[in-house]
Amino acid sequence: MRMSAYINGFRGVLLRELLRFIHQRSRLLASLVRPLLWLVVFAAGFRAALGIAIIPPYETYITYEVYIVPGLVGIIVLFNAMQSSLSMVYDREMGSMRVLLTSPLPRAYLLICKLLSGALTSLFQVFGFLLIARLFNVNPPLFGYLWVLPATLLGALMLGALGLLLSSLIRQLENFAGVMNFVVFPMFFLSSALYPLWKMREANELIYYICAANPFTHAVELIRFALYAQFNAQAFWITTITALILTGTAIISYDPGRGLLQRKR
Amino acid sequence: MNTPMTELAVNVQNTSYYYGRDCALNNINFTLKSGQFLALLGANGAGKTTLFSLLTRLLQSPSGSIELFGHHLQASPGKALQQMGIVFQQSTLDLDLTVAQNLAYHGALHGLSSRKTKQRMAVELQRFDLSNRAGDKVRELNGGHRRRLEIARALLHSPRLLLLDEATVGLDIETRQNINKHIRQLCIDENIAVLWTTHLIEELGPGDDILILNQGDIIARGSGQQLMEQHHVPDMTTLVIQLTGLQP
Repeated sequence: MRMSAYINGFRGVLLRELLRFIHQRSRLLASLVRPLLWLVVFAAGFRAALGIAIIPPYETYITYEVYIVPGLVGIIVLFNAMQSSLSMVYDREMGSMRVLLTSPLPRAYLLICKLLSGALTSLFQVFGFLLIARLFNVNPPLFGYLWVLPATLLGALMLGALGLLLSSLIRQLENFAGVMNFVVFPMFFLSSALYPLWKMREANELIYYICAANPFTHAVELIRFALYAQFNAQAFWITTITALILTGTAIISYDPGRGLLQRKR
Repeated sequence: MNTPMTELAVNVQNTSYYYGRDCALNNINFTLKSGQFLALLGANGAGKTTLFSLLTRLLQSPSGSIELFGHHLQASPGKALQQMGIVFQQSTLDLDLTVAQNLAYHGALHGLSSRKTKQRMAVELQRFDLSNRAGDKVRELNGGHRRRLEIARALLHSPRLLLLDEATVGLDIETRQNINKHIRQLCIDENIAVLWTTHLIEELGPGDDILILNQGDIIARGSGQQLMEQHHVPDMTTLVIQLTGLQP
């Protein structure tokens, strides 16, 4: 197929993703309300209890609100990825997934288009949230808003790939609650999104190591550094490699010859 | 039409498929030519849906070969699938998108530009009498309109082969007859090959080319008339009941 066919394919997948996002107003609202609740309620409660030492990328003492904003960006991206995964399972149950899978464009390419579209959609939510966060005195440098764009995109691709992989494993919509309990919440709470890693280490060495091994921690740290116009190489490489591994596994799982779809009747 | 009538649209050779140890298809061989209408009949569990999934590459057979217009489905899936329009038994429309948005999505997935999609959309919506519904959400359409839209969508990228899996199930008699007539006309007017999977015997006539599947095996292939004579039965219904146990 010609290059223009590939571009048209991506345009179609992206447009559908955006249209569905716009149509689902409650999803749009929830994506902003959820992190704002954390910022307003949770952060207000914990700011007195948690002292944040000067740790990179911050150059001075910061409030807890400032600390958790990158983690809340992470949660927006994480929930958006799981929402995409849920809609993939829904599409498969309703049958509309077949339209995608029977396209003449390579399946791997279409799945990457789907990932990219989901990631781009989450950027709108992230920037909406970051703008609102300014009202709560979270004012990163203006350059940070530019740097955070590719960092969030990479994090969204990694989490989107995880969602894609999960969607191939989940047989029914009802099983999705399990994903929330066994994947999303542990991934979020066992990360540096809400507390710095050194704080975790003080409390429990084992939990610290789990948090340090959690790819979501690195996606959040990549976003945290980018928001202050800095680059965290370790976080970048771990997020990139995890994204590539998860994308590759998700593509294999959707391959009709090798994947998990093969076993279904 | 440029395409010669004798060109093979579908060529399935030595294809089997197993779900674990259960044999769903057992060494299937059949061909379908351009402009030909072939009805695939069989009871539930006969292997129709598995065959349909193999032809559309939702499943992949570890044995045998499937070629569409000379393109091997496993070696050149893109070229093979480009030739094919598909109507699944279960609706695959996005209910929250409009008629036009559903068609635009399908066009994009087949590599069509926006302009080309709009041109083709106008033709197909007119053909299926849906032009005035282009801006309506699919959720607002009735069952018959949705089916017509699915067929219009399957034809949007100008395929040379149309696969329909129980496309008329759940529709009233008049709508079923109209769709049936329309599809047959496509074979004549546009030389499109049609594989029509059904269990509704009354949709078929004695002149139709029929392939009967039973428990994963092809047990009969030929025109309805030929098969009736061969099995000494007076009508299609008796023929199918005798061969498969399928009730009309």
